[in-house]
Amino acid sequence: MSIITKALTSAAMAAALFVAPAQAADNVRIALVVKALGIGFFEAAAKGAEEAAEELGNVEVIYTGPTDTTAEGQIEVINALIAQRVDAIAISANDTDALVPALKRAMQRGITVISWDSGVAPEGRQMHLNPSSNPLIGNMIVKLAADHLPDGGDVAVLSATTTSTNQNIWIEEMTKVLGDYPGINVVATVYGDDLADKSYREATGLMQSYPDLDAIIAPTSVGIVAAAQAVVDAGKVGKVNVTGLGLPSEMAGAIESGASKSFAIWNPIDLGYSATMLAYELSQNGAETGEGAEIPMGRMGSLTLDEKNEGAMADPFVYDASNIEDFKEIF
Amino acid sequence: MMRFLPLRELILGGAVLILLALIATRFPGFVAPDNLANVFNDTAPLIILALGQMVVIMTRCIDLSVAANLALTGMAVAMLNVAMPDLPIPVIVSIAVLLGAFMGAINGLLVWKLAIPPIVVTLGTMTIFRGVIFLISDGKWVNSHEMSPAFTGFPRAQMLGLPVLSWAAVLTIIVFAVMMARTPLGRSILAVGGNPHAAVYTGINVGRTQFVAFVISGALAGLTGYLWVARYAVAYVDIAGGFELEVVAACVIGGISIAGGIGSVGGAVLGAIFLGVVKNALPVVNISPFWQLAISGSAILIAVAFNARAGRAKGRIILKSADVTP
Repeated sequence: MSIITKALTSAAMAAALFVAPAQAADNVRIALVVKALGIGFFEAAAKGAEEAAEELGNVEVIYTGPTDTTAEGQIEVINALIAQRVDAIAISANDTDALVPALKRAMQRGITVISWDSGVAPEGRQMHLNPSSNPLIGNMIVKLAADHLPDGGDVAVLSATTTSTNQNIWIEEMTKVLGDYPGINVVATVYGDDLADKSYREATGLMQSYPDLDAIIAPTSVGIVAAAQAVVDAGKVGKVNVTGLGLPSEMAGAIESGASKSFAIWNPIDLGYSATMLAYELSQNGAETGEGAEIPMGRMGSLTLDEKNEGAMADPFVYDASNIEDFKEIF
Repeated sequence: MMRFLPLRELILGGAVLILLALIATRFPGFVAPDNLANVFNDTAPLIILALGQMVVIMTRCIDLSVAANLALTGMAVAMLNVAMPDLPIPVIVSIAVLLGAFMGAINGLLVWKLAIPPIVVTLGTMTIFRGVIFLISDGKWVNSHEMSPAFTGFPRAQMLGLPVLSWAAVLTIIVFAVMMARTPLGRSILAVGGNPHAAVYTGINVGRTQFVAFVISGALAGLTGYLWVARYAVAYVDIAGGFELEVVAACVIGGISIAGGIGSVGGAVLGAIFLGVVKNALPVVNISPFWQLAISGSAILIAVAFNARAGRAKGRIILKSADVTP
C-alpha cells in the first residue's frame, strides 16, 4: 500500500468520523437515566419523556439505568452512553458526588448533562430540575385544605418529627402565605414522628380537642395515611378532610373512603416530560444556563434557574377521585 | 411476699386514677366512658405484648425482638391477604400466631441451646426480622385499599360493646392470670427467675422454661402483628419502630423485676395502661410537643424509682451486737 493510499484512507476515515455525529443529529438522542429500572415512578417519568419526544418530533429517548440503585451501576450506564455519543443525558442520581467525574467526561465530549429529581453536584451537570420548591409546597398544602373550605374553617397540621427539616420548612412556608387564605385558621401543629400508631393517636387527639376541626394537613406520607384511617374510625368522614403530601398507591384507600378529598405530590410524568424538554433546549436550541436564565419546557411553561443553576418545575400535582385510579398503579 | 404484690398494684392503680383526674381537669371529655374504652382499645396491643414480655423477663431474659416480630408477622399476613383475599380471618390469625411463635422459638433455641445472653440474641434477631421484612416486601407498603375489608374490619368489629381488639387483650389477661397462678408452667416460670439453682433441684429445666417463655412472647407478638396491621390498615418496614422499649417500660413500671422472679399479671397490665393513658392524654391536654417526650420519660422514671424503693428488700441486720462493741 502506497503512502498516498494510506493517507487517503485515513482522511476518509477521519471524514467518516466527523460526519457520523452530523448524521446522528438528524435524530436527537436524549438518554433518560434513572436510579434503577423497574420502579413505577421512573417508568412514569419515561412515559412523560416519550410524550415530549413525540411533541418535538426528531427526538429518540433512550430510557436506561442500572438494575439496582447504585452509583457504580449508573457510572457504567453513563460510560456506555458516552460511547454511543448521545446528544444529552438527563439523570436522576443515586449519589450526588460519585457520578461527577463520569458526567464531566460526558460534558467534555459535548454531551448536554442535566439532573432531575435527585441532583448531582453543580460541577457534574449544567442544570438541575427540582420537581417543586419549598414555597410552592408550603402554599399547596394549605391551598388543598382551603379549596374545600370556601367559608373558611379550622385546620390542624400533623407533621413528622419536631426535627424533620423538610416538614418544618414547608410548615414555615405555609405560615407565610396563610394571609392569602382568609378564614383559614391553623389551630394546632402536632407531631406523629412518622409512626403510624403515634400519628393515628395524634389525629384522634386533634379531633377530640377541636370538635369543629375541618381539615388535617399532613405533609408526610406516613402521617396522611394514619390520619385518614383515624378519621374513618372516628366516623368523621365528610366532616374532617385529610390532605397534604402522599403517594397515590398509599392514598387510594383514603380517597375511596372519602376521608381525603385530595392530596398532592409531584407528577412523575410531568417530571420526565420537562427533563426531556430541557435537555433538548440546551443541546439543540443553544439555551444558556446561569442565574435568572429562563428555559422553555413545552406545556409545563418555562423554568427559571437560581444561582446554583437549579429550578423548580411546578406546583405539586393534585390527586383526587378523578385521577387516582390511573396513578395508584404507577407509584 | 404474696401480701406485698397486691399493694404494689394498688399504688399503681391509684397513680392511674390520679393521672386520669389530673387530665380531667384540663380535658373533661377524656374520662367519658366512651373515651376510656377507646384508650383501652388503643392500649390493647401494648397490654398483650407486655404480658408476653413479662414471662420472658420473669425468667431472667429479655425479648427486644417483639416489635420486629410484630412488624414481620404483620407484613407477612398483609401480603398473604393481598395474594389470597378469600382466606378466612381465623386462618390468618392462626398463621400470625404460629409465625410469631416460630420466631420466638428461634430466640428461645439460641438462648437455651447455645447459651447466648438473651439481650444479644434478641438484639440480633430484631435487626434480622426487620431486614427480612425489607426482603419479602421489597421496601414497598401494603396499603389499605389492597387489604380485604374482612381483614381490616376484624379488630374493629364490635362485640358486647367493645371492639375485638379490646377483647383480645381481655382474653389474654384472663389466660395469663390462670396460667401464672394455677398451672405448673406459670409456677415454673416464677421459680426459674426467682432462683434458677433451686429450680433445677426441684426438677425444672431452666433452659426449656426460658424457651417456652420466648415462644409465648413470640406468639403474642405475632397475634399483635395481625391486629396492628389491620387496625392501622398499613404495613411497611418500620411499623412499631421502637415499640419494644415501650413494652419493656410497661413491664418495669408494672413492677416486674428486670432481675427476674418478681412480677404479676396485674402489674404488667396496669403498667401498660399507665403508659397508654399518658400516650393518649398528651395529644389532648395541649402540651407543647417539645415537652411531651420529656413528660413521658419522667413518668417512666418516677414510676420505676418508686417501684425500686418499694421493692427494696428490708435487709436483716444479723450482727447488730458487733456495732456496739466498744
